[in-house]
This record gives sequence, structure tokens and C-alpha cells, in this order.
Amino acid sequence: MEASTSHDPERNSAFYAPLPEHPSSGGAPATRSRPLKGFVVILASVVFLLSLVALIINQSQEPLPMPNRVPSASPTSKPASFSEAEPRGVAEGVSAKSNPSLLNEASFNWTNAMFSWQRSAYHFQPQKNWMNDPDGPLYHKGWYHLFYQYNPDSAIWGNITWGHAVSRDLIHWLYLPLAMVPDCWYDINGVWTGSATLLPDGQIVMLYTGSTNESAQVQNLAYPANLSDPLLLDWLKYPGNPVIVPPAGIETDEFRDPTTAWLGPDGTWRITIGSRFNETIGISLVYQTTNFTDYELLDGVLHAVPGTGMWECVDFYPVAINGSVGLDTSAFGPGIKHVLKASLDDTKVDHYALGTYDPVTDKWTPDNPEEDVGIGLKVDYGRYYASKTFFDQDKQRRILWGWINETDTETADLKKGWASLQTIPRSVLYDNKTGTHLLQWPVKEVESLRLNSTVFEEVLVEAGSIVPLDIGPATQLDILAEFEIESLESNTTDEVSDCGDGAIDRSTFGPFGILVIADDSLSELTPVFFRPVNTSDGSLKTYFCADETRSSKANDVFKQVYGGKVPVLDDENYNMRVLVDHSIVESFAQGGRTVISSRIYPTEAIYGAARLFLFNNATGVNVKATLKIWEMNSAFIRPFPFEEPL
Amino acid sequence: MKSLILFVFLLILPAEAFRPTLLLGNLIERTCRQTPFYDLCVWSLKTNPESRNADVKKLARIMVDSVLKNKASDTLDLIDELLQDGFTLDPALHKALSSCAERYSVIIGGDVPEIIEALETGDYKFAERGTNDAAMEANSCEVEFPGKSPLTHMNKVVHDVSVVAASIVKIILHSQW
Repeated sequence: MEASTSHDPERNSAFYAPLPEHPSSGGAPATRSRPLKGFVVILASVVFLLSLVALIINQSQEPLPMPNRVPSASPTSKPASFSEAEPRGVAEGVSAKSNPSLLNEASFNWTNAMFSWQRSAYHFQPQKNWMNDPDGPLYHKGWYHLFYQYNPDSAIWGNITWGHAVSRDLIHWLYLPLAMVPDCWYDINGVWTGSATLLPDGQIVMLYTGSTNESAQVQNLAYPANLSDPLLLDWLKYPGNPVIVPPAGIETDEFRDPTTAWLGPDGTWRITIGSRFNETIGISLVYQTTNFTDYELLDGVLHAVPGTGMWECVDFYPVAINGSVGLDTSAFGPGIKHVLKASLDDTKVDHYALGTYDPVTDKWTPDNPEEDVGIGLKVDYGRYYASKTFFDQDKQRRILWGWINETDTETADLKKGWASLQTIPRSVLYDNKTGTHLLQWPVKEVESLRLNSTVFEEVLVEAGSIVPLDIGPATQLDILAEFEIESLESNTTDEVSDCGDGAIDRSTFGPFGILVIADDSLSELTPVFFRPVNTSDGSLKTYFCADETRSSKANDVFKQVYGGKVPVLDDENYNMRVLVDHSIVESFAQGGRTVISSRIYPTEAIYGAARLFLFNNATGVNVKATLKIWEMNSAFIRPFPFEEPL
Repeated sequence: MKSLILFVFLLILPAEAFRPTLLLGNLIERTCRQTPFYDLCVWSLKTNPESRNADVKKLARIMVDSVLKNKASDTLDLIDELLQDGFTLDPALHKALSSCAERYSVIIGGDVPEIIEALETGDYKFAERGTNDAAMEANSCEVEFPGKSPLTHMNKVVHDVSVVAASIVKIILHSQW
């Protein structure tokens, strides 16, 4: 099939042929005097020769394509998969995204039963098609609102609009009509991410990024058509849009995702917008406004971190030290720290850092520059991006949304007709005990889905063993588990110093935890585990991990080991909470100090075949586990019942 | 003296005319050096006339809209041919070919448009996602075949072109030289 592309030798030689029409040496008119004619002839020849030389030099810069050369096929006796040598992703410079040894297994068929099973029971997703970033979350007149990046036409990203849904309790969502579509020149190529600001007088201001007809990224203002409508069905775009265009020196396609505004001590509002400088320095610009239609770019940046690249979905908000409630975005004073968060475009990871905000200079400084934004803590150590918080003024909480993308192929997404989920909303608090982390915890309202529970007290799981937990259906669960370890050996050095290759990697003190969405024969399983590791000074450092490598027999899904360090204090046991909901698993360690979101696509451990196990694959400890496990009801997420009375 | 100056001037002129081409080869080469398949990358770009005066974003577009799309279309044509003749008496082979046809339709009708929209609007991570997906689809097609695959060569080409495109998109994201 190579004939269709052009390595026709004639074409090549035609391209590189000497200029054919060059005047041949005999062209000078006969009437010229002889010396001048000779001179012209010599000159012409020199010019001709020089052209030829230049052409040859040019030619030698480009390797001459060989007509019969097949660009990529090397004679190979290797098995079929091209990625066998290294997992997908490594060639692209990202972490390995597949397990090579599975790539050669005979493939199976995705059935409709397998696809239908993947849909979540209580995590938010639209009825169909593609979703990405959460937008403009807010609470208004008794309803929580969620907007989201949505493609109304396909299960692949594109044609982006704002979807809309409402809920009384952040759990039971009702779909509403689209809030905004790309119908103006300033957002015709996408109504992208934005945030809501609730003004003291009750107005709601929505700032969002539009991709213009020339693919520039501008910031636009929108507001509800009718504030007294609790459902905020209709939205108007400010006629004077855009209100902010990319400033000088900023790339017009790296300027997006305006934040919620906060009030400064001078009584004016500020927002921050992520971008990049010199292509590798992630920055956040600050704009000041009094009326949300006119903005002034302040000098400098809120903060910048070299090497982190473009900052998307910047979020900036206060948290109370030693506090137990969330804070309004404008809160300021002693006993308050500010969180700066960015989604790194380069790595598709959400990072945050705690620090101090100076409202006079509009600069934020990290508590620990070594764990600055983008180089330190992650909001979530799994498949998670574009997160955004809002202040729930009704219950005085800071609530965090996060987008969970698929990790299967787009073929599968198109077949099943949908892609992506949102996490269960999490309340966010400063972790008083460590002072270095935030705590994220599923909102309390999720507990309303709990049905019957089963308790297991102090189950002994010996080193290298698995204990089945008999709980009935195991695809919709809320699991609380606490683990105590009993040493069998003393001081051993561990070879595995982090999550390693997953649960299969044994070390002295771990891994131990649970196996979710596993089948009886353990042909498919997803371990969620702790791995405490000895450090050189004798203390224990702990990793919290979710291992997808054997979550599915399918070979066309990403199966990675996710995880990160979690501080475990001296007076604490190892405890985890895991929300299992079909193809999404959210795992929380130590009260939410470290969180991992996972997507899994099992082919056998589905429906009635899914089971839950305890496991301990450590070599040097026994583990005692205490668990409380609830079956979770569906949230019955459905279209808003307009025909019924509210 | 005057004729000497004229002579020298005329010496320089033709060399100048070719300079832009010498520089352009370098951008393609510099870009391709950051992909895992240098030869494929260079060959694909240089044989496309639109690569003259193209910046990195345009090179990414060419790699996807011309090279990947063409290779994927060629593969789909081959699959259709194979499905039509007696080669497909073996049911396992038929099944694999049908599945591959679906995957390649997704590459052409799903991945390529997604990547192009992402490149045009500047949300490059979706371009990366689309190129990675195309590589995955080609790979998944290849492993469908229980025995010898009739598509090994084409699948490898499409896979490698996708990987090259993904690398170029990564350059746009990182912009490292």
C-alpha cells in the first residue's frame, strides 16, 4: 500500500534535478564585442555552477528518500505488538501506560454487558457523550449547581458546550438543558472552563474562557437571565465580551480558566488566570476589577514555578488553620493559609501547595518552596484532572470537584456512547495534624446512599495470604478499613521503595490492603494498599497505592500503578476509605491526606461475579484488619422532572 | 573593478536564494530528533510540500491530517479488500478484521478530527490524547489476530506515525529545544 505515497524516483529526481532551463552557454547575441561576450559566458557559467553547488549542499542536508525504503517496518520476528519493547507512553516521555506482558494475549470481545456495567451508579455523569472539566460550581436558592465541559454530539472531546445539572444534596443530580453553547464569535470554537463568583448583593457572575473564531483564548462574562429562578436555566452573555484578551507577551492559546473572584482589602475584586512564560514557567496572572466588565492586569504574577509548563484550571482559596469549616473565597486574616492549585498541561496532573497570600502585593508564597505548586503534592494521585473548588455558603464548606477521564480506547467510548465521570464532591480542610497537607473527604451526603452494612473485626491476614470477605454484591460499596501490623521479623531493608510494580511486588512491611472488583479466581483484581517502607534513619515511610495492572484482562485499556506517599502519624493506624462504583474507585488514606482515583474496566469481575478480599503480600508482617462495609444505593441521576411539582 | 564587484555580487545571489531551504530542513530534523522514529518522521514531513515554512504546530497538523489520516485510510481500504474475498473464510480472521475496521474508522472519524480541533484551538492535551489513542487502536487491532496478521506492516506504520505525532504534540506542550 506504499504506492499511494510519493517515493516515485522520477518525482525525487525531478525535485533535485539541475535547473533545466538555464541559458546554455551559447545565448549571447552575436553583435556584442567579443571580450564582453566572453565575460558574460563565463559569468553565466559561474552562476550556473554555483546554483548547482548550492543545490547539492541543500540536497545533502536532507537524506534522500529511497523509493523502496519502507519507513518503519523492520524485518522482525517479534510477536505482533510493536509496543512490546516498552509500555505505551514511555516513548512519548510519559510514564508507562500499559503492561507489556499483556499485550500479546489473545484479545476478547467487549460485550454490551461489559460496557453497561461500566456506568456508575452514584457518580455524576451525563446520560451520554463526552464530559471534561467541572465548571462554575455554586449553591443558589436551595440547589447545588454543576456545569461541565460537554460535547453534545459525540463521546470524544470537541464542540464544547456547558452542560448543567442541579442537586439538593450534591449526590442526587438532575439533568438540565445546556447552559451555554458556542454561538458567539468569542466562544465559537469552544465554551471552555470558568468559575462563578457570588456577589454580596446576590448577583452571580460567571467568567469563562472562550476560544474565538481565530482560536484565541479570551475571557468572557455571563450571568443568569433570571436570578429568581432557582434552577438558573438561562444564561446571558455580556454584550461587550470579551472582557479580557491575552495580554502582550502571553501566547494567545495559553491563557484560560479564570477563577472565582476574591475581595481585596481595598474593596476591589481580583481573579487569577493561569498561563506560561518562556514556555516552561507556569504562572498565574492577576486581574483587578470593580464591576467585572473592566479589568486591569496587575504587575507581575500571583506566583510562578519554573519547569512546570502551562497552568490550567488554576484554583486559589483560603483554608483555616485549626478550623473545621470551609472559608469564603474572600476570607483573610490570621489563622488562614491560602491554597494555590494548578492543573499541569504537560503532565495531566493536578498539584497544590499551601502558602501565604499577601493582599497588598498580590503575591503568594509557598510554605515549602521544595514542594511548590507543580513539583510537590498532588491533589489526587490517580486519573484525575481539572479540579475546582467552591464555597458552599449553606453548609460553610469548601467543596472540591474533579474530572475523571476514561482510560480505555475511544473506540470503546464511541461504542458505549459516553466518556468521563466526576468524583463524588469532597469537602476540603487544612490538616491540622501534619500542617503540610489538605484533607479531602467525600461529602457527608454520600452516606445517605448507604444500605446494609457488614462489620469485620480484627481479621488476621498472615503474610502472603488472601481472605475473602463475604458481603454480597460488591460493585457499589463504601468501605472503611483500618489495619494494624504485627512484625514477624526485625530490621530488614526493603528493595521496593514506593508503590513499585503494584501488589505483586513484595517488601517487608507491605503491600497489604483490599482487593476490589476481583473475581473468585482472581483473574481480575484491583488492589488498594499501603506499603510502609523502612527509611535509612529507621523510621517508616508509607505509600498508598491503587494497582490497576490486573484490573482487567482486556489489553486495550491503560493499566497503571498509581499512588503516593501518605504521612502516617505515630498515634494512627493505617486507615483507608474506598468508594467502589463500577468502573471508578476513589481511595482515601489517613482521613484524606492522600487520595487516588482509578478507572477500571474488568471483563469478568462484573455484576454478580465481583468480590471483595483482604490481602497481605508482605514478607515480614501479619496484619489485623477491621472493616465496615456498606452496600451503596444508586443515586438515580436522571433528567429534571419538569412535569412534576417541585 | 566594477565588473569584479558585479561578478562577486552575482556569485552570492544564487547561494542566497537557496538559504531558506537549508534552514527549513533543520526545523524538521530538530523536531523529528525528539520523536522515537526519526527516519519515518523526516520522510513523512519532507515529502509533504506543506512542510515548507511550517512551524511545529503546522508540522503536527501535517503529521495527523495528511500522514496519519492517509495511512489509516489505506489500512481501512486494505481491510475492506480482505473482508471481501475468500481470505476471510476463517471466522476468527473475519472477526479480527471487522474489529480492526471499527478501530480504523475511529482513528479516521474520531481521533483525527479531535486532534485537529485541539491543535487549532490550542488545548493541546486533547491532541495528545487523540494521538495516543490512535497508537493504541492500531496496536489493539494487531493483537486481535490469533495467528499471523495480514495487517502487521500497516498497523506498525499507523502506530509509529501516531507515536511520532504524539511526540510532536509533546514538543508543543513543552516547547523544549
